[in-house]
Amino acid sequence: MVSLLDIIGPVMVGPSSSHTAGACRLGLLGRGLVSGTPQKAVVELHGSFARTGEGHGTDKAIVAGLLGFRPDDERIRTAIQIAEQEGLDYRFEKTTLSDSAHPNTVRMTLERGDITASLTGSSLGAGRVLVTEIDGYPVEVTGNFHTIALVAEDRKGSVARITSILADHDINIATLKLTRKQKGGDAFMVIECDESPGEGVRDEIRSLEWVRWARRLDKVSGA
Amino acid sequence: MYKSLADAIRDAEAEGKSLSEIALQRESEDQGRPIAEIRASLSRALAVMRGAIGDGMTGELRSSSGLVGGDAAKLFNDAAGPLADTPFRDILARALAVQEVNAAMGVIVAAPTAGGAGTLPAVLTGLAKAKAIPDEKVIDALATAGLVGAVIAERASLSGAEGGCQAETGAGAAMAAASATEMLGGTPSQAGHAVALTMQGMLGLVCDPLGGLVELPCVFRNATGSAIALAGIEMALAGIKFAIPADEVIDVMGEIGREMDVRYRETAGGGLAATPTGRRLARERLYQIRRS
Repeated sequence: MVSLLDIIGPVMVGPSSSHTAGACRLGLLGRGLVSGTPQKAVVELHGSFARTGEGHGTDKAIVAGLLGFRPDDERIRTAIQIAEQEGLDYRFEKTTLSDSAHPNTVRMTLERGDITASLTGSSLGAGRVLVTEIDGYPVEVTGNFHTIALVAEDRKGSVARITSILADHDINIATLKLTRKQKGGDAFMVIECDESPGEGVRDEIRSLEWVRWARRLDKVSGA
Repeated sequence: MYKSLADAIRDAEAEGKSLSEIALQRESEDQGRPIAEIRASLSRALAVMRGAIGDGMTGELRSSSGLVGGDAAKLFNDAAGPLADTPFRDILARALAVQEVNAAMGVIVAAPTAGGAGTLPAVLTGLAKAKAIPDEKVIDALATAGLVGAVIAERASLSGAEGGCQAETGAGAAMAAASATEMLGGTPSQAGHAVALTMQGMLGLVCDPLGGLVELPCVFRNATGSAIALAGIEMALAGIKFAIPADEVIDVMGEIGREMDVRYRETAGGGLAATPTGRRLARERLYQIRRS
């Protein structure tokens, strides 16, 4: 559903809603994966991001997102220098992902302390983004909500158990998507929440023996 | 939000309301937010728009490639020209100012997009100044602009990569036309005709930026788009009607966009970007082109 405020907005640092504002949001999502400014980041740019990214400040915008700056933050212009002060060691590479990848796609591999995470996401236009892969697992995360993504064994009652953990922490579910490749195979769950699930909630979900992997991402867009 | 301007105009007329009231009411229902909160967001957007116009008028900003910047100040300061001291001239300067700020990585409101962000603030704030319109009415006008943009997003596209420049500056001009027509006392039906009269003049416009960057001709397209919006507003307020309804003009903009060759959709493969001078400038000035 198109919101009036999506049309009259976002307020952003120019020049391009897809190459600058969207890129910044993808950086913010990456930062959320490692719960803070990463110490090391390898950023691979695909398609139009690779071809016209530097002229659009895509590199500055992604680094700014990793530093926790939002798309309307004028520090985006000097993000490269700030990254050096903050000890963010980053490297940009040009790559060619699959033919079906969106023209504005980035893959990030991030390290902070003992946490390593990877994320592939695309900037769809007008600042909207979609994360399509985290740690090699296929997901669909828009960043419009606080999100929990997890992979679990395909078993009865798993959704009920996860949703009750969220309810116990007073977290309301906005959307829940469950997919699986085959019966008895891995089940992929993406849960968008109205409130932010803390690291404690994520850890409680991770402690379930039939959950193979779980990540949380903070909301980066929307009202 | 509405998917058809005809529906919105019909509801407005049936309830004796303006398009902005209808748009705010629907947005409030869709998003579960009070109208006062939505108007507060639009008010913040208006403040950012005015800030960008002020920054651009200083003439001190340059884009990263150095290809654009400083031209808003020329229009603003130079007293020559047949339209000096007119709102028309002021509005052209305002449109250039916002886009020069955008190209220099300044803060703007993407309305509808960053590349098409100049026309709406230029036309609304320029006419509001000329006609001493209070801010509350300019904020309402932004709601009407949002309604028109949402209908275009739904029926056609707001992306140059999908529909050419007609989908970005064309949409921005149509949004400006409807909202200014209402702000200056036009009826919902007249606002609809302003959309049709403006968009018909933007149909077919390609997206052909040098080097794929939001600089040239984007900055100037926002100024010429403002001129076409002003023509649409002037005609609509005079009671001129366009025989093809706004929704159908928007539909055909979408159709033309889908048929448009990929060279003319933000790829720098055709149009001004592919002229001998366009290619030379891109080579000389835009480093990402030099490297590929």
